[in-house]
Amino acid sequence: MSENKQKLISVTIDGTPVAVPENTTILDAAKLLGVYIPTLCHHEDLCVAGNCRVCMVEVKGSRTLQASCATPVSDGMEIYTNSRLVRTARKHVIELLLSEHRGDCLRCYRNGNCELQALANEYRIDQGVFIDLHKEDQVDISSPAIQKDDSKCIRCQRCVRACTELQSVSALCVAHKGADMRITTFWDKALAYVVCTNCGQCVAHCPTGALTERNYVEDVWDAIYDPTKHVVVQTAPAIRVSIGEEVGLEPGQRVTKQLVTALRRLGFDSVLDTDFTADLTIIEEGNELLHRLTKAIRDKEDVALPMITSCSPGWIKYIEHEFSNHLDHLSTCKSPQQMFGPLAKTYYAEKIGVDPKDMVVVSIMPCTAKKFEAARPEMMASGLRDVDYVLTTRELGLMIRQAGIDFTKLEEGDYDSILGKSTGAGAIFGVTGGVMEAALRTAYELITGREIPFPNLDIKPVRGLKGVKEATLKIEGTLEKYKFLEGVELKVAIGHGLTNARKIMKQLESGESPYHFIEIMACPGGCIGGGGQPIPTTNEIRMKRSNAIYDEDEKMQYRKSHENPEIIGIYEDFLKEPLGHKSHELLHTTYVKREKN
Amino acid sequence: MQGSENIVRKAVREYGKGRENLLPILQMVRKEHNYLSEDQLREIATEMDLSSADVFGVATFYSFMDMQPKGKNIIRVCKTITCFMKGKDSIISALEDALGIKMGETTPDRKFSLLEANCIGWCHKGPAMLINDKVYTELTPEKAIQALDEYM
Amino acid sequence: MVMTREEKLARINAHQERVNLIFEKIDTQGLMEKVMKLENNKILEYIKESGLKGRGGAGFPTYLKWKLAADQKSDMKYVICNADEGEPGTFKDRKILEEQADKVFTGMAICAKVIGASEGYVYLRGEYNYLVPLLTTRMNAFNEEMNQLGLNFTLKLRSGSGAYICGEETALIESMEGYRGEARNKPPFPVEKGYLGKPTVINNVETLVYCTMIVMNEGGKFKTFGTEISTGSKVFSVSGDADVEGIYELELGMTIQEFVDLFGDGDTKAVQVGGASGFCVPRKKFKETIIGFEGVPTGGSMMLFNSTRSMYHILMNYMEFMQEESCGQCTPCRVGCQQLVKGIQAIKHKKRPATYLDDLVKLAKTMRVASKCGLGQSVANPFISIVENFREEIIY
Ligand SMILES: Cc1cc2nc3c(=O)[nH]c(=O)nc-3n(C[C@H](O)[C@H](O)[C@H](O)COP(=O)(O)O)c2cc1C
Ligand code: SF4
Ligand code: SF4
Ligand code: SF4
Ligand code: SF4
Ligand code: FES
Ligand code: FES
Repeated sequence: MSENKQKLISVTIDGTPVAVPENTTILDAAKLLGVYIPTLCHHEDLCVAGNCRVCMVEVKGSRTLQASCATPVSDGMEIYTNSRLVRTARKHVIELLLSEHRGDCLRCYRNGNCELQALANEYRIDQGVFIDLHKEDQVDISSPAIQKDDSKCIRCQRCVRACTELQSVSALCVAHKGADMRITTFWDKALAYVVCTNCGQCVAHCPTGALTERNYVEDVWDAIYDPTKHVVVQTAPAIRVSIGEEVGLEPGQRVTKQLVTALRRLGFDSVLDTDFTADLTIIEEGNELLHRLTKAIRDKEDVALPMITSCSPGWIKYIEHEFSNHLDHLSTCKSPQQMFGPLAKTYYAEKIGVDPKDMVVVSIMPCTAKKFEAARPEMMASGLRDVDYVLTTRELGLMIRQAGIDFTKLEEGDYDSILGKSTGAGAIFGVTGGVMEAALRTAYELITGREIPFPNLDIKPVRGLKGVKEATLKIEGTLEKYKFLEGVELKVAIGHGLTNARKIMKQLESGESPYHFIEIMACPGGCIGGGGQPIPTTNEIRMKRSNAIYDEDEKMQYRKSHENPEIIGIYEDFLKEPLGHKSHELLHTTYVKREKN
Repeated sequence: MQGSENIVRKAVREYGKGRENLLPILQMVRKEHNYLSEDQLREIATEMDLSSADVFGVATFYSFMDMQPKGKNIIRVCKTITCFMKGKDSIISALEDALGIKMGETTPDRKFSLLEANCIGWCHKGPAMLINDKVYTELTPEKAIQALDEYM
Repeated sequence: MVMTREEKLARINAHQERVNLIFEKIDTQGLMEKVMKLENNKILEYIKESGLKGRGGAGFPTYLKWKLAADQKSDMKYVICNADEGEPGTFKDRKILEEQADKVFTGMAICAKVIGASEGYVYLRGEYNYLVPLLTTRMNAFNEEMNQLGLNFTLKLRSGSGAYICGEETALIESMEGYRGEARNKPPFPVEKGYLGKPTVINNVETLVYCTMIVMNEGGKFKTFGTEISTGSKVFSVSGDADVEGIYELELGMTIQEFVDLFGDGDTKAVQVGGASGFCVPRKKFKETIIGFEGVPTGGSMMLFNSTRSMYHILMNYMEFMQEESCGQCTPCRVGCQQLVKGIQAIKHKKRPATYLDDLVKLAKTMRVASKCGLGQSVANPFISIVENFREEIIY
C-alpha cells in the first residue's frame, strides 16, 4: 500500500505554510488552517459547480482570481484569501446577487437560516450600489409539498444537482441563457405537473428561500386552538434525533422524551408515535414477503419478486413515473404515516370516544414527500382524510420556538397509549437499512422460530451510508410451515438516494436482479437525511443522527416489532390477522402509473 | 402527431442514443417544422433515456432552437454592431411593413417568421440577414423585400 | 498620409501577395504524404520554432498545446476545429473554410498524427449552415484520402445552434457532449480532459491552416513575418466605417495608425480591435498601439468607427450582446452584464449621476478577475476602454 500513499502538496495560505494531500481544493486546504472562505454554490454532497464566485481567492502569478471550491492546490501555490482584490470581488459578487434578489428577509421563510443573508450580514451590504434587477415572479404553490419562488433564487444550481445527481429525477433544470437563465422545470411547468417526487432534496440543499416546503404551521395552530377538535400528533422515527438541531442542540442528540413533552405543551391532545405503525408495517410487510416467497418457491407461481419496500413516498412517486411497469414489485403496505392515519380515525377514535370527524391527525415528518402522500386521493381509508396535516421537522421547530419552549428545560414525557408504544425495530426505520434490519429480525423468527443470528441483534451488513448495500442470509432450521425455505439464501439489497434506487431498478428491469427483498429510501441516508430535516444536512450530520437512532434501538425494551405488546394487542383486538380483511381495507394501498417525462 | 413521432425516432436512429448526439438530434427534429414542440422534446427525452427537463434546458440554451410555432421560412436580421451601424433598423421596418407583422411574429399564413440574430459573420457586407440557411448581404430595404420573393 | 481607395487597395494587395499563406493553393494530398514520413518531433519542432500562437483569440502557443496533448496517455484523443466564429466583426474563418477547407483538414490531420488522435470534429456555427454541403463533400473525400494514406483519422462535422459562448473551448465541448454550452472549471484543461473526458486539442480554423503551411514550408516563411512576440501573419476581418472592408491576411506588428491609413475612411475616430470582447483604441493612441500580442491582441476583428458614430450606442450594442450571450451560470458575468447595460442607460437618462460610471468601471474590473470564463472576463475590455476614452459620449 505504501506506493499508494498520497503525495503531499505544500502551499502557503495567507502567509502560513501547509502541506495537504494532492487534489485537495484550496477551500479545503484553507479549512485545515482554520481559514473559512465563504461559499454558496458549493455543497459537499454535490459535484463542484464553481458558478457563484464568492469563494474567489488570489493565487500569486494568476491573471485572475481562482474559485477555491473548484481549484486543486498545486505545489508552491501562494494563496491569499483576504486581499484587497479578493474582498472587492467578493463584495461585488454578493452585491450582484442581492441586486438580482427579492431581499425581503423579514417576510422570508429562511430568515435566520439563509446562506445569502448570512453573507450579506457578514459583509454589511447595507446600501446597494447597483440597480435593482429582481423580477416579480409568481410563487409556484402548485405542489402540496414544495414551493418555488424564483425571485429568491441565486442560480447556484444546488437544487438541480441534488435533483439530478443524488436523485436522478431531473425534474428541475437550468434553462435559457444569459440574463434569462433560470432554474425551472420541463417547459416551465408548475412543479405539480412534472416528474418531481416531492422528496425535498432540492429544498434541503437550497441556500436561500427559493425552494421551501409548503408550510402548514398556521393550519395546525388553528386546529389546536379549535376546542371542538381532538388533535392527534404522530412523530416519525427520524424526528427524535434531529429536532434538537432546530432548537439549538448539536446534531445527534436523542430527545424523544423531551419531544413528547414539547408536543403536549404545544397543545396536541394525543401524542402518539409513527414508530408504532413502523412496527405494524414490519408485521404486514414481513408476512407479505413470506406470502410471496411461498407462492414463488413452494407453489411455483408467478409472483413479483424481489419485493420492494413502499414506506418512502418520494420513492413511490419516482417508481410510478420512472419504472411504472414494475409497480407489482412494490409491497402493497402503506407507509407508517398512512397506516397511522386510518387507525387513528377508526380504532383509536373509537377507543377514546371521539367522533373521527372531530379528529385532526397531524404528522411530524422528516419529509416533504409525506405532504404529497397524505394528499393522495386514495389515502381516505377511514372515509375521511386519513392524515390532515404533515409538518416537517423544520416546521415543528418553528412551532416550538414560537411557543417559547426552552427545550433544554423540558421534563421527560412518554407517548400516550395505544398507537404510542414501539420497539427498536420501529425506531431504525428512520435510517437507511433500518426497514430491512427490522424486517429480517421479524421474518427470520417467523420462519425459524429462533432469533436472527447476529450479536445483539445488530445486523451490521445492512447499516452504513454506502449507496447500495447487499446481504445474503442463509435460512436454516425452518419451522415445519416454512420447510420449503430450508437452505434458501435470502438475498437482500438496500438503496438510499434515488440515484441508487435507479441502479437497482435498472438491474431489475434487465431481468438480472438476484434479490428477494429490497429496501429503498428516497433520501440519501434514509429519513435522517430527509428533505424536511434541519438544514444543513451533511454526511457528518447524517452519521450523527444515524448513530443516535441505533442508540435509541439499543436502549429499547423491545427490539423486534412482533414483540411490541400494543402490536399484539391491536391484532387481537381489531385487525385479527396480518394481511387480513381489515388490514387490506386500512393498511394496504395501490399505485398509479404516471408519465415518464 | 404521427409526423412528429416519426422524425424523432428517425433522428435518434440516425444519430444514436448517446448523449453526445443530443444537439444533432434536436437540430434535425427542429428542422422539420422550424420549431420544437413540447411533445417532440418529451419524446426525444424518452427515446434517449434523458429527463425531459434536461432536454428542455439544453434546447432553451441555443437561440436557433425555437420552441414556439414558426413560419415555413425564418428570417433572422443581424442586429449586431456593424449591421446596426449600416442600417439594420430600416431593413427591419421594411420587412415588418412588407410582411404586415412585428419583429418576433409570424405571418398569419405561416410563411414567414421575423426574428433578430446576433452577428452572423457578414459584417463587412452589412446589413445582413439569413432566410433559413441562406445569407443576404449589403441589404437595402428594397433588396430585403425582393429577397422574400424567392419564398412566396 | 491620404491615399485614394485604389492606392490603398494596391498597397493592401501587394502586402497580401507578399504574405499569402492562408489562401495559397497547395497540394494537400501531396503534403500529407510527406507528413506521414515525418517524425512527430520534427513536426512539433517546426511549430515550436514558428512561434505560432492560437488565432482564436486567447493566443496560447500552439506547439505547447499539441505537446501537452501528445504527452497524455489515452486510448482515445480528439482534435477539434473551432469554427464557431461568433465574435462580432469576425468572419474570416467562414472564408477560409469556404475556400481552403482541405488546408484546415490537413492541419487537423497533422495534429492528429502528432498527438495520436483518431477522430476529429469541425464545430461549425449554425449561422454558417450554408457551408454544410460543401464541407461534408470535402470531408468525405478527405477521409477517404487519409484512409488510403493509412492514417487512422476520421473527420466529422458538428453544427452549433446560435450561442456565441460555444466558441469558448470548454463550452464547445459541453455543447458537443449534448449539454448546455456552459464553460467548465479549469483545470483540468481540454488537453488533459476534453471531449468525452479524453485529451483534446482545440484549435481555431486559421491556426490549423497556419500549421499546415508551417509544416509545408518546413518551418520557413511564416516566422519571417511579424515581430518577436507576435510572429507571423494573421487574417483580419475589416468592417465598419472602412474604405476597404473585407478579409485580409497581413503581417502582425503594424500600428493601428498604419492600419487605419490603409483601411480607414479618413475620419476614423476609434478602432475596436478583437470584436465585442476586444479593446477600443481611440485616435490619440493609434500611433503607439501595435496590433499583436504586445499591444492589442486580436482574433482578427477590426471595426472602424468614424466621427459620426455615437460611442454610447456602440458600447450599448456590445453590452447587450454580452448580456444575451453570457451562458448565465456565473454571478459576475450574468448579473454584471445586466448591471452594465442598465447602468449606462441610467446615466444617459440622468437617473444616476455621472460618477456611477466609476462604480461600473470597478464592477467591470471585478468581472475581469472573478468571472468563470473568457466571456465574462473580457467584458471589461470594451467597457473600460470605451468608457475611459469616450467618457463624455457615454454620459451626455
Ligand atoms: C466567449 C469566447 C468565445 C470564443 N469564440 C471562439 C471562436 O469562435 N473561435 C475560436 O477559434 N476561438 C474562440 N474562443 C477561444 C477558444 O476558447 C480557444 O481559445 C480557441 O479555440 C483555441 O484555439 P487557438 O489556440 O487555435 O486559438 C473563444 C473564447 C471565448 C472566451
Ligand atoms: S432568501 Fe435569504 S436573503 Fe433572500 S429574502 Fe430570504 S432570508 Fe433574505
Ligand atoms: S432554487 Fe435554491 S438551490 Fe436552486 S439555484 Fe436557486 S438558490 Fe440555488
Ligand atoms: S426517505 Fe424518508 S424523508 Fe426521504 S422521501 Fe422517503 S420517507 Fe421521505
Ligand atoms: S463568464 Fe459568463 S459565459 Fe463564462 S461561465 Fe460565467 S456566465 Fe458563463
Ligand atoms: S462556492 Fe466556489 S464558486 Fe461558488
Ligand atoms: S454585425 Fe451583422 S453580420 Fe456581423
